[in-house]
Amino acid sequence: MTATTRRARARPPTGVWWAVLMVALLPAMWIGLRTLGWFGGLGVNPIEKLLELSGTHAMIALLVALAVTPVRQMTGVVWITRLRRMLGLVAFGYVTAHALIWLGVDLFFDWELVLYDLTERPFVMVGFAAWVILLMLTLTSTDGAQRWLKKRWVWLHRGVYMAGVLAVLHFLWLARADYAEVALYAAILAFLLGWRIVYRWQTRRRIHAHRRAPA
Amino acid sequence: MLIRTRRRSDCSRSEITPPEVYALRREFLRTGIGLGAGLALGGLGMALPASAALRGYPLEFEASDFSTDESKTSYDEVTSYNNFFEMGPGKGDPKTYADQLKTDPWTITVDGLCDNPGEYAVEDFISPWSLEERIYRMRCVEGWSMVIPWIGFELNRIIEKAAPRSDARYVAFESIYDPDNLRGQRRRGSGGLEWPYTEGLRLDEAMHPLTILSVGLYDEVLPNQNGAPIRLVVPWKYGFKSIKSIQHIRFVEEQPPTLWNQAQPDEYGFYSNVNPDVDHPRWSQRTERRIGEFRRRRTEMFNGYGDEVASLYEGMDLREHF
Repeated sequence: MTATTRRARARPPTGVWWAVLMVALLPAMWIGLRTLGWFGGLGVNPIEKLLELSGTHAMIALLVALAVTPVRQMTGVVWITRLRRMLGLVAFGYVTAHALIWLGVDLFFDWELVLYDLTERPFVMVGFAAWVILLMLTLTSTDGAQRWLKKRWVWLHRGVYMAGVLAVLHFLWLARADYAEVALYAAILAFLLGWRIVYRWQTRRRIHAHRRAPA
Repeated sequence: MLIRTRRRSDCSRSEITPPEVYALRREFLRTGIGLGAGLALGGLGMALPASAALRGYPLEFEASDFSTDESKTSYDEVTSYNNFFEMGPGKGDPKTYADQLKTDPWTITVDGLCDNPGEYAVEDFISPWSLEERIYRMRCVEGWSMVIPWIGFELNRIIEKAAPRSDARYVAFESIYDPDNLRGQRRRGSGGLEWPYTEGLRLDEAMHPLTILSVGLYDEVLPNQNGAPIRLVVPWKYGFKSIKSIQHIRFVEEQPPTLWNQAQPDEYGFYSNVNPDVDHPRWSQRTERRIGEFRRRRTEMFNGYGDEVASLYEGMDLREHF
């Protein structure tokens, strides 16, 4: 295979990157329109509903970003990796919007309440920790940062798994007697993480087998 | 004037009892004419299912000094944003699945440690008492609140009539168990809730004049999603203490098990008095959002009913007995 064809295969078909971005932003548009009173509006307790909707889509966006690598490994379609940075940034966007709604709308920048929530309520703590991790990954998401951090970049960006686990915990500690939704997210996350472990283990075994084979 | 659109749970025009018949029936129930007259009117009674006979009619009631003059949460908000897990965990589920609660016929049993136990059809249970409007603040443990005009009567009347014995120290309440109809009681993985819904009060709490049994809100009979046909309202405690759709009232000696306390004892205490100083891991109890308002407001001790009820808890550490 020549270098040109390899590069061509690694690039998504024309328009795919933009199409995926548009689809990823659809929930944000939907939430925005509901806030303006369309599609039944936000109901009796609009701020609670806004937190709920933004939180659910932040969780989904994070799982989608985490699914990029396993899907590439399963399908062998290499260009999927080219969507990874964009989908990660979209997830950060949803999580940030969710956090800002909590800070600016729900608590209305009442710093005493903010501090109280952050220190006294475990589910807020883990949610905040997940956001901090995603913030670090966002700040180091450029090509420049990747070159500069070298191996450490890979190590740092494994933090996204931790963010996923913290997000599920955030959801779990918030659930009251109805665990169906959070169980679904936990199952998807467990599958995505489990897949990586199994895939790595198998790849390593294949390499070992290859080395042992007579030349 | 409140303009109301037709709801799914409304009865059709043809189901509505003519006011004269209704008044007659109420009068009959109120004065408790003898068995002979009961038989004579029996045919009439048969034609009107009990709850349908009440439904859709303005209730007669008097105002009360216990009412707050704060602005009321709208009828639509009070009846479309509910926690009634028997119909599902979502706030909109109780209204959507209100039909699953079968309130007709409805029997209430009063028993346990009392001299005058009894089993009553709900109409007979209610009819001896004149109704009052109690406009109360309602504070949910989830950090939101409403102001609701309940129609009902003081629970202490029922207690006095039942004549609890001296060893009765608590009142235990039990709601409906009907998994064939109630989707929430069938659900698997619903966090280990033990149906039916149970609640309890100390006898002096139950005797307090603020504690009422409610049969209506605004000027109407209770909609199913709000706990038809009869529910408890204890305004200084978190909303979940005000058990809906009561079928059983029992006088007991020991503190009775209650549903949320059993499910998560570290989160929901038996007393569950509204208390901004006792935190809940999920919801801030220092502030609340009044439905219809944008900014949170400070939550008050005993939901603002401290003058009336604080003496019930004198000498108790309310952080320990949360």
